[in-house]
Amino acid sequence: MIVKNRIYNNTLYVLLSGELDEHSAMNTRLTLDELFEGKNFKQIIIDLSELDFMDSTGIGVLIGRYKKMKDRNIPIFICNPSNHAEKIFKMTGLYDIMPKIV
Amino acid sequence: MREILNEMTISFKALSVNEGFARACVAAFCVQANPSLDEITDIKTAVSEAVTNSVVHAYPKKPGDITIKVELYSRSVTIYVSDKGVGIDDFEKAREPFYTTKPNEERSGMGFTVMESFMDNLELIKNEGRGLTVKLEKFFSIKKNVAVGE
Repeated sequence: MIVKNRIYNNTLYVLLSGELDEHSAMNTRLTLDELFEGKNFKQIIIDLSELDFMDSTGIGVLIGRYKKMKDRNIPIFICNPSNHAEKIFKMTGLYDIMPKIV
Repeated sequence: MREILNEMTISFKALSVNEGFARACVAAFCVQANPSLDEITDIKTAVSEAVTNSVVHAYPKKPGDITIKVELYSRSVTIYVSDKGVGIDDFEKAREPFYTTKPNEERSGMGFTVMESFMDNLELIKNEGRGLTVKLEKFFSIKKNVAVGE
């Protein structure tokens, strides 16, 4: 998993490239937590356009990050999910806590 | 009686690094039945869930083996993901959405729900002796020309 990021207009943009499964979950968690510790943004947008594969492990990773940022009142948004990722998000109600933006 | 056109079996250690190999291998084998890209992704996702389940739960002490057997029919595929681990006592509970025995590890508890919704049939089978077999079945949308056996 490759995680790219930039901050623009008080927004932390995160691009996930690769496959998010049990094997890559731990490193992805650590990388995101490190990025999310920053202070100079008020919201986070996670771009999944380059995510080639995700299973339900990805839901655990995303919900875990949501819980951490909720305490700081920083909302997280999802954009560009694949059809399959979208199906898993809808199934699990993830969009209720991390809305999709276009 | 449906006729098996082709079948294969792979076996590997229950390590998370093998998840990508397992789903790619099953998907590559299924390609000969000419499924749609969506169907292939459904299969990859379900296999990944079943393998993850064995990697995370089956062998708490030392990783044992996971075996995947794939039976390919003209219009469907049946996939058996088996381990010889601790197994599951309560199938009904395990299949409930959001149920997880490891809530502190950021696990979604959605593995079986995802398998169920991405495949056409999901069956959990207690292995003789030890462990669990997850049986997954997928029907391909339209009659395809299968090269095997032609």
